[in-house]
Amino acid sequence: MPRGAIAVQLLVLAVAALAAGLLLRNVAANLQARGMASGFDFLGREAGFAIGFALIPYDEASSYGRALLVGLLNTLLAAGLALVLATALGLLVGIGRLATHLPSRVAAAGFVGLLRNVPLLLLVLFWHGAVVQALPGVRQALSLFGVVFLSNRGLVLPAPVPDPGRAWLAGAALIALLAGIAARRLGRRRSSWLAFAAAAILLLAAPAWDVPSLSGFNFRGGITLVPELVSLVAALSLYNAAFIAEIVRGGINAVPRGQIEAATSMGLPPGLRMRLVVLPQAMRAIVPPLANQYSHLIKASSLATVIGYPDLVNVFLGTTLNQTGRAIEVVAITMAIFLLLSAAMAGATAAWNMHVAIPER
Amino acid sequence: MRKWVLAAAIAAAAVPVSAQTVTEGATVAAIRQKNELACGVSTGASPGMSTLDDRGNWAGFEVEFCRAVAAALLGDAARVRFVPLEFRNAFTALQSGAVDMLARSATWTYLRDSELRFDMPAIYLYDGQGFLVRKSLNVAAARGLDGATICVSSGTTTELNLADWFRTHRMRYTPVVSAAREQNIANLEAGRCDAYTNERGGLAANRAALPKPDDYVVLPDVISKEPLGPYVRQDDPRFRDIVGWTLHALVAAEEFGLTQANVAEAARSHASPEVGRLLGRTGEFGAKLGLANDWALKAITAVGSYGEMFDRNLGAGSRIGLDRGPNRLWNQGGLLYAPPFR
Repeated sequence: MPRGAIAVQLLVLAVAALAAGLLLRNVAANLQARGMASGFDFLGREAGFAIGFALIPYDEASSYGRALLVGLLNTLLAAGLALVLATALGLLVGIGRLATHLPSRVAAAGFVGLLRNVPLLLLVLFWHGAVVQALPGVRQALSLFGVVFLSNRGLVLPAPVPDPGRAWLAGAALIALLAGIAARRLGRRRSSWLAFAAAAILLLAAPAWDVPSLSGFNFRGGITLVPELVSLVAALSLYNAAFIAEIVRGGINAVPRGQIEAATSMGLPPGLRMRLVVLPQAMRAIVPPLANQYSHLIKASSLATVIGYPDLVNVFLGTTLNQTGRAIEVVAITMAIFLLLSAAMAGATAAWNMHVAIPER
Repeated sequence: MRKWVLAAAIAAAAVPVSAQTVTEGATVAAIRQKNELACGVSTGASPGMSTLDDRGNWAGFEVEFCRAVAAALLGDAARVRFVPLEFRNAFTALQSGAVDMLARSATWTYLRDSELRFDMPAIYLYDGQGFLVRKSLNVAAARGLDGATICVSSGTTTELNLADWFRTHRMRYTPVVSAAREQNIANLEAGRCDAYTNERGGLAANRAALPKPDDYVVLPDVISKEPLGPYVRQDDPRFRDIVGWTLHALVAAEEFGLTQANVAEAARSHASPEVGRLLGRTGEFGAKLGLANDWALKAITAVGSYGEMFDRNLGAGSRIGLDRGPNRLWNQGGLLYAPPFR
């Protein structure tokens, strides 16, 4: 590189660092002048508030740091579920848009057209309203076999409680799973399904189940999936599925027609043609925009604040910020977390992209 | 050539921005300079306290208090700019200077006073936290709410008080936390939660606004103290005094039997010398706070006495019909006590 170019780059870097330093100094001076407390020590203080849905044990005496963790796990849960559902649904709808069967094509086109053009916020509110209003109250909950209950307070499932007396069943399940994998390797597919089924049954029998029962105001025992989680996941999945469908459609259209004609002339039925020839080649064009969509999905999960799902933004940026008043620290931590999540997603998708890329000659 | 232009642009953007320090007396000076009081209120859906109608007119107890302060400070009750704030943004807005004062049903607490550097010059509503439940649940008192699902607003003292109270009484509950009051009411109506907890004044107001108010009841328990009042920053003691003494003037007006209708006459001819000092007929009391001498007269003319303001927005003269409870004068069994004007 010519020497002049290096000098210019160093100069630009120095000026940018100077600007950043002055900005930070300005912020610190303003905080000092207004007497606003700063520092991250608040993370160790007792939170004092309860959270309605937490994946790890949490009560009012836990610290703000633990509340942050609870919110983060809730965000990851909602985003993760929505990601899987959106991809599966988007794949189906995308392929459906290119189907030869006219009703499928029209239905898929209608799905995409409707959901792409409605703001996500409205979808979230609609689903929350629909779920909360349409489901019966807790005393009239719908029940499945008397162990699973659905009401507008949520879906209550039996909770597995580890039972040391029956731990050997879990061991047996593991053996059955390994046997199934071995059978697959040996080419005995039917036996392998049998082994997997046995493993599933043994695994279900292993723990003691805490069955929910209605007492007083709510169900006691079991795991409750709050309706806010369900409505958020539903809205996120449908909205992103519409976009993923278009991405998939674009990717499939990008596969050269010659490939499809060659596959047809070899006698491959449409199902195998799609699975073995078209989709693997379409992945090259699908994966980069898909990474984009996933990154958007993770950030869009912050709409949970609107319906009261205790995700990271609601618990940390909402409640904790108001209780402690440390606006800058809380916002900085939240932004850093989202940045890390998006970067991790980008990294994972880049690795996947390299895996599906067709090597150039 | 282009590289140098880019470098010059970045250098220009790095020109140091002077740190804005807030000096004492700055708030009053800024208000006089803009000729307008920026008052942070709720988003307009708080019945009785601050509501916005479809023509853009603000009404409510807190709205009228802001007008009284503007009348006292600037001489004109109309010189107020109402800034609708969601609760989660309210404190940051006051800290950063986006509003001059908050009249947003915020409770006076130790932490807000010390850590957030706010002052509450006076208390305009002595309230307490309670529960709003459906009558069909047959709950007679808050002790019967063990195991219930309770709707609460996020980030408020009510959320913390709820947690503390249930911990103290060793009862369990499931919170449904929303950012907005409307969401909480919708959840209560749909049966998503069994009870809604908030200040009892707010509960009575929300109940009155429901489609079927008689299906709901506010439980008699008061589980916390919620002294509500205006918040100001600690950096301007003069502004704090003005806001505080405006409220004291309205309370004193009720004590002396002054009303919106008779205050003009009283300013000319009331027998009591204290009224004379209050309304500016004698003494130079206004100048001691940097105000015109008839500051209290303007405030009382704008909104009436405390009693009139309460009745009109929250009490017998409104849809809500809240009992004054502890919000009566000290000599009538309440907590309202204006220091003497001497």
